[in-house]
Amino acid sequence: MDVARKLEILADAAKYDASCASSGAARKDSRGSAGVGSTGGAGICHSYTPDGRCVSLLKVLMTNACLYDCHYCINRRSSNVARARFTPAEVVQLTLDFYKRNYIEGLFLSSGIIRSADHTMELVIEVARLLREEHHFRGYIHLKTIPEASPSLIALAGRYADRISINVELPSQQSLDTLAPEKNLARTEIAMEHIREKIDERYAEKRPPGAPKPPPFATGQSTQMLVGADASTDASILGCANKLYTAHRLRRVYYSAFSPIPQPSSLLPLKAPPLIREHRLYQADWLLRFYDFKVEEIANPSAPHLDLALDPKLSWALRNRESFPIDVNQAPRERLLRIPGLGVRNVERILSARRFTRLRLTDLVRLRLQMKKLLPFILTDDHHPAKLGLDSDSLRARFLPPPQQLELTFDSPPTPGPSDFLSVRSGEL
Amino acid sequence: MRSVVIKPEYHAWRTAARQLLGQGLAPQEVLWTDDPQEASLFAEPEPEPASATAPAVKVPTAFLDLARRAAAHTDPQRWALLYRLLWRLTLGGERHLLSLATDPEVRQLQDWNKSIGRDIHKMHAFVRFRKVGVDAATHREQFVAWFEPDFRIVRLAAPFFEKRFAGMDWSILTPYECAHWDGQQLHFTPGVPRSQAPDGDVLDDLWRTYYKNIFNPARVKINAMQSEMPKKYWKNLPEAPLIADLIAESAGRVQSMLDTPERPALPAPHNAYLQSLRARDQPPPPPPGEGTGSGLESSEGRTAS
Repeated sequence: MDVARKLEILADAAKYDASCASSGAARKDSRGSAGVGSTGGAGICHSYTPDGRCVSLLKVLMTNACLYDCHYCINRRSSNVARARFTPAEVVQLTLDFYKRNYIEGLFLSSGIIRSADHTMELVIEVARLLREEHHFRGYIHLKTIPEASPSLIALAGRYADRISINVELPSQQSLDTLAPEKNLARTEIAMEHIREKIDERYAEKRPPGAPKPPPFATGQSTQMLVGADASTDASILGCANKLYTAHRLRRVYYSAFSPIPQPSSLLPLKAPPLIREHRLYQADWLLRFYDFKVEEIANPSAPHLDLALDPKLSWALRNRESFPIDVNQAPRERLLRIPGLGVRNVERILSARRFTRLRLTDLVRLRLQMKKLLPFILTDDHHPAKLGLDSDSLRARFLPPPQQLELTFDSPPTPGPSDFLSVRSGEL
Repeated sequence: MRSVVIKPEYHAWRTAARQLLGQGLAPQEVLWTDDPQEASLFAEPEPEPASATAPAVKVPTAFLDLARRAAAHTDPQRWALLYRLLWRLTLGGERHLLSLATDPEVRQLQDWNKSIGRDIHKMHAFVRFRKVGVDAATHREQFVAWFEPDFRIVRLAAPFFEKRFAGMDWSILTPYECAHWDGQQLHFTPGVPRSQAPDGDVLDDLWRTYYKNIFNPARVKINAMQSEMPKKYWKNLPEAPLIADLIAESAGRVQSMLDTPERPALPAPHNAYLQSLRARDQPPPPPPGEGTGSGLESSEGRTAS
């Protein structure tokens, strides 16, 4: 099998991993070396595919042969997808060739599990070792690790990689037992804990006097959760994410809406979740990380799912009208962050401007804020929302997307797009 | 009214602005014009950063960084606005001016910076190097790229390429200025027409294979793609000719996934590693009065299926 055919199979096999980050690495570059590569700046998206996702890394599997039977995965052992296997030298050559043409800014390497966790990790690590040690490659490397692999191999992976990750895939062991019987959440968490210790050790601000600097290690770890392949609620997904952020200090949790795969398993749901659910989870995730929201404020046992029609911050504001209006000239940072339509950057702009001036509505317009969203929730010297005369119901109606216009025409019906097909299997419209 | 004609670049503006400010000339007394003789930009060396005749003025370093970037913009108003801001920050007594994102002139400066920043970022992303050979003496690989930036950003964007591609020789050609790296230093030459740049690379087919296969036809989001990769860049991207077909075929590909009969789970193969996993999953005998939980809080308590 030639490299092009292998690339077809092993890129196709890797596309369901949503992680694309190539930022947050330690600063390094190729000056003074015979190699190429640099990291440490903002991530660069070198291309975009028509699914709206960016291409920043060469994302491939070492092999898509796999002992595991995760039912949402095209590469599970029960699937009869075509199988292929790269040699480490082939992945190294592809990475360098692509990098030098500026198609990509690094490698994201994962693998199906063959023979054993340790054997698989050794193959993945060999690619990273060759790139770093033989070719002086200083670009971004993200390695997927296997929780059951020996700690010494995970340490070695972290030594070569900028980012390492283990996918939790589903937020509870119960869900994993049904859809991914070989996976174990507790073991994943133990491995994440171990990785976190390595990161803390390497980047500790203070070391005991005389203690040697620990070996290089990836600057962060991330994970992915699959959305809509089982009955897990948004509250449970966000609860899991929050725990991973606080307990193991993950850099990112990616949410991947389950989408139809070739070779579907009989254990999968018939209908894919709406992509908007994935989007709302990302918005909620941002609220947890940058806006000091608690999970219970966004989703909780009595309202376990996010509102698909409104973003979670606006949704929270509508449920908590007593917290508003907020005076943009007086309120502290944490209160400003609660205002729908006001992002972190504009909160900083407001805080810095109001040290020198009192803000009026025209000032907010100049910041190009979303005034329609903002007005019902804020107070300025020349504005009080009471004059808008909005009660709770009309306020919600103000933000709902306009109802779809039903058009009566004699033209041929519109051509269906992929999203129309997603409901076909269940017969829903 | 003082009329100032400068070559359209930051150092020329800075030198002139220092002198005018030293003479106490108010912004409304100065008329700024770009020198139409752009060719002279390359003929002359950059002027000394500090002119002996101009007094030192203290301005926030943040302003100098913003001004340097804004200077790369093509808006003819930029020199006058930069001078007005400089005046307000110094003789005008508004030292805190840059804290006021609500000020229309500060806002304009930031907008220009945003456009320039985006142009630089897109250049870092969408330049495509084509291999043209290997230097016989140094054995270094040689690459050439063609790019069409919106603004005059080649000098601002080039240091990134130096850091990232130090181990190879490269040139980036653009219509108004070209950047070159030979392993020792960056240098710049006048712009060239596109015909001077190579058309393709032997690796482009493999790259297109990757692009085609990393695309997920089940979640087409064309607007999301185009807002980040506008069509104006497509003509220089080897992967872009695939986009139309990938979109057109996506609905059929998804339909065929849905038409595929579902596959039952096959029994686990006889494999030592899987058996060892199952052995680890066997729950320890539960202590009296406690069940095995599930979810994140549970320890190793899970029954093998």
